[in-house]
Amino acid sequence: MKAKNRLTGFLVLLFLLLGSGVMVLPFLWMVLTSFKPFPELFELRFLPREPTWANYQTVLWETGFLRWFGNSLLVASLTTLSVLFFDSLAGYTLARLRFPGKNLIFILILSTLMVPTEMLVIPWYVMSAEKGWINTYWGLLFPGLITAFGVFLMRQFFETLPQDLFDAGRMDGLSEFGVFWRIGLPLVRPALAALGIFTFLGNWNAFLWPLIVVQTPEMRTIPVGIALFSGEAGTAWNLIMAASSLAVLPVLLVFFFFQRQIIEGVVLTGVKG
Amino acid sequence: MRLTLAWREALWAFAFLAIPLAFFLYFRILPAFQALWLSLYEWHADPSQRHFVGLEHYARLLEDPLLRRALWNTLLYTLLGIPSQIALGLVIALLLQWTPFGRDFFRAIYFAPYVTPAVAVAWVWSWMLSPHFGLVNELLALLGIPPQPFLQSPNQALPTVTWVVVWQNLGFQVVLFLAGLESIPRQYYEAARIDGAEGWRLFRHITWPLLNPVLVFSVVIGTIGYLQLFTQVVNLNFTDQGGPLNSTLTLALYIYQLAFLRFQLGYAATVTVLLFALILLVTLVQLKLLTRRVEL
Repeated sequence: MKAKNRLTGFLVLLFLLLGSGVMVLPFLWMVLTSFKPFPELFELRFLPREPTWANYQTVLWETGFLRWFGNSLLVASLTTLSVLFFDSLAGYTLARLRFPGKNLIFILILSTLMVPTEMLVIPWYVMSAEKGWINTYWGLLFPGLITAFGVFLMRQFFETLPQDLFDAGRMDGLSEFGVFWRIGLPLVRPALAALGIFTFLGNWNAFLWPLIVVQTPEMRTIPVGIALFSGEAGTAWNLIMAASSLAVLPVLLVFFFFQRQIIEGVVLTGVKG
Repeated sequence: MRLTLAWREALWAFAFLAIPLAFFLYFRILPAFQALWLSLYEWHADPSQRHFVGLEHYARLLEDPLLRRALWNTLLYTLLGIPSQIALGLVIALLLQWTPFGRDFFRAIYFAPYVTPAVAVAWVWSWMLSPHFGLVNELLALLGIPPQPFLQSPNQALPTVTWVVVWQNLGFQVVLFLAGLESIPRQYYEAARIDGAEGWRLFRHITWPLLNPVLVFSVVIGTIGYLQLFTQVVNLNFTDQGGPLNSTLTLALYIYQLAFLRFQLGYAATVTVLLFALILLVTLVQLKLLTRRVEL
């Protein structure tokens, strides 16, 4: 029995290792290729013979990469801050305050989850063209400032808290906003962390709307930058791989630091939501 | 006094909701109706040249071969992708439950592609899948398999794109299933074992039915994802987007091409209405399936 268990354990581990190989291989290939000088590209060796930083130097100093990086950072940070504040405020209100029309408003917000981005993108474009938002930071930002998913998530969280805590705050003379800010928010910190990370990653990786609203190279975010730069660079795969490595790095860092919150966030939406 | 307190609370509530509500009305709900309205117009940048065409665009939907192609492809993506990612996700989640060690490590490895920018993923894969100097063909050669055209072949391009999407979604699937498996009470298995059930029968009669809500969620979220497939398709075959011979064209890519490359915004909006209808349908099916009770 014991020998059989050990054999199963070994086979399970072997299979998982093989699988991880498939998951890791593209990342490995990307990073290794990014260190190869152009002539080595088509040699199909794993390790670069003469590793070089030249690709990174070219990408960093001779393309708009640093600017795209800054744009992505700005857009992702501002949308995340806005989402965290407004989604939790709306979630708190819908969970803890009594007022006429509450359910109607909640359903109205939830119903927007069913509308695909592709449908909104066309009116957003028309609207942006009329108001001069094309190719501006505001144009990049506005669709992501508040999310229905976040309002829903925060409402679920605020509902699980005991009412006594809020009543105590009111007794102590806190304003309604003070109750939300000083009592509510600290108690839902795990949910805020998960929502914040997801919002940041989602906006960092966003492609469709930025592709549409951006017109000049300076306004590109990283995904748009890489897509169009690769199109322009044609066969310069070593540069494309260096740019992709630079784009992936911050995401993987965020992921490894906040793994627990990210996984909890997925579980929250899929299994308990 | 009670009335004024209730009023006070309602006033606070509306003050808190004012900005979010205005946002949803102006940037989400109004544009959805504008898309409907646009679908009835031949749109032009110059307002004097826009004209009402009624349901003409909807009639065009019926005889548009590219739309038919995009719909057919979307169906193929879903039929290939969903079963693959669910089967692989479930197997890996079960293996992760059994593994003697390294569980968190493996879970992180499998999940990493899910958070990676799809654009970068698409470019790396398109490089690895290149027919002449791609790593994948080199690896196949080690197994004695002749080089494959992958993204360059009208027959292989769609399954190849699907593979990349499955690869990227797999970690999400694994995490969901792991959580689902963990939420099944141990006592069920113990009770069944006392009754003499083992292995496959435990899975068939306990794991599978109790995993049903997670399964339904995965299928629905997955399907909605495949309905909106865009980034990978565009970037995997950048010089021939949706190609070869439209074999990878998706609804979302077709909408993008119509609206922003050919500037047929009215007709593009009509296709988005179709996409919305499909998503609505999938969501309603989900609600129906999830409200059905699971019986043991």
